[in-house]
Amino acid sequence: MKYIIAVIQPHRLEAVRTALNNIGVQGMTVSEVRGFGRQKGQTEIYRGAEYTMQYVPKVKIEIAANDGVADSVVDAICVSARTGHIGDGKVFVLDLEGVMRVRTGEMGADAL
Amino acid sequence: MIDAGNTAWLITATALVLFMTLPGLALFYGGLVRAENLLSVLMQCFAIACLVSVVWLLCAYSLTFSGPGPWIGDLEKALLLGVPRDAAAPNTSIPESVFFMFQMTFAIITPALIVGAFVERMRFGAVLLFTFLWLLLVYVPVAHWVWGGGWLAQRGVLDFAGGLVVHLTAGVSALVLAVLLGPRMGFPDEVKPPHAPWMTMAGACMLWVGWFGFNAGSALKAGGDAGMAMTVTHISAATAALVWIVIEGLKFGKPSMVGAVTGAVAGLASITPASGFVGPVAALVIGIAGGIICYFMVGVVKRGFRIDDSLDVFAVHGVGGAIGVLLTAVFVDAALGGAGLAEGRSMGAQAAIQLTGIVATLLWSVALSFVSAKVVHAVTGLRVGAEAEEQGLDLRIHGERGYNM
Repeated sequence: MKYIIAVIQPHRLEAVRTALNNIGVQGMTVSEVRGFGRQKGQTEIYRGAEYTMQYVPKVKIEIAANDGVADSVVDAICVSARTGHIGDGKVFVLDLEGVMRVRTGEMGADAL
Repeated sequence: MIDAGNTAWLITATALVLFMTLPGLALFYGGLVRAENLLSVLMQCFAIACLVSVVWLLCAYSLTFSGPGPWIGDLEKALLLGVPRDAAAPNTSIPESVFFMFQMTFAIITPALIVGAFVERMRFGAVLLFTFLWLLLVYVPVAHWVWGGGWLAQRGVLDFAGGLVVHLTAGVSALVLAVLLGPRMGFPDEVKPPHAPWMTMAGACMLWVGWFGFNAGSALKAGGDAGMAMTVTHISAATAALVWIVIEGLKFGKPSMVGAVTGAVAGLASITPASGFVGPVAALVIGIAGGIICYFMVGVVKRGFRIDDSLDVFAVHGVGGAIGVLLTAVFVDAALGGAGLAEGRSMGAQAAIQLTGIVATLLWSVALSFVSAKVVHAVTGLRVGAEAEEQGLDLRIHGERGYNM
């Protein structure tokens, strides 16, 4: 099993959700996060003064997937989240050791 | 002789002007600070309103409006003792209790304006002590000179609703306090941006509406002067807001909400001294002048002087007020649609009187707010510790958070 973490542009979230729905992904966890990468911060202007924002808003998506579908999940995210501009984000893939469904106590792949 | 219509309008205007501070100005400023300091700003405005109200009754009203002294009034009307319930305030047809309340709301908003200079870093006790001293040492004397029959009034200075008394005193004192207090941590490059521009917009709109009471109420009666004061107030605000929208649009390609509403406030401050004396075309000119000059003064103070007058009290109120006071001398002329110069007085002579008022108010405000701040520094200290500033004043000073989410 793989644990996939994607940090993307907030305005691409709905496109990513639709793409993942289309390949049968049934659940994900979404959080609003802040961070910076090569995009660095951005500036905002209030009353003519520039304020440097060290962190820019991003959306983090977390998905647990079986080994067989992990690659297609990553592909779907990459294609749907991409705008081609700096700041489009990253996808991280981790090995996932265990899963348990809280309601039933099912373990492993059955719990996905 | 008390007039019912005039009294009704002045009671309404009084409520409008109090609404400018509570909650208008509090929200206007509150939106401009970071989230961890929101409550401290609201609390400062609120507490200032309460403190000034009590001091106003105890002695400040009397020292401002009782007695013929050229420099300061007397204590005949302290606590309003000996003022009969049905007595009209001198030279008006409204009860003295209403005049007392109306003028109190001006005395409240003026020190509250200074809050914008010291947000996010001043001790709460210091805010209260400074307000107390400043009210008695700066506001009361200047208000007496201009509105209480003092030496500037005797020379014929024209300040309809407080360009000198309110905006210039507050703006200049804000600058002095900002210098003595020092800049916020991270100024100028790493201070936090406004946490809630929508709140600033809501507050600015309350200021705008309340300003009808401020300026049109200053006619002290319902009638043509009040109506025209309201008209020019509105036109100047709208014009100056448009000026900021255009400047930001040309300069950055993005006209901002915060900029637009700040422009409106600059227009309101600029028209204030002129409001009862000038016509609607003058309001357009004053709005344009106030909008442009205040916009550039914000940059001059922050980046030129490197003074952290955090929410631009001097650039918007001090400069706007002074512009209005000067232009009043021009546009009061009946030939330019104004109410008319005093008989036998030329525009140049009036301008000289206006300039005297500006210089006197400026020097007095600098000197006495400096003294006030030094006294406060010795008694309570002016500034919170670095750790408190970093954590935010809401939690450290008031023990609450603006947002529990």
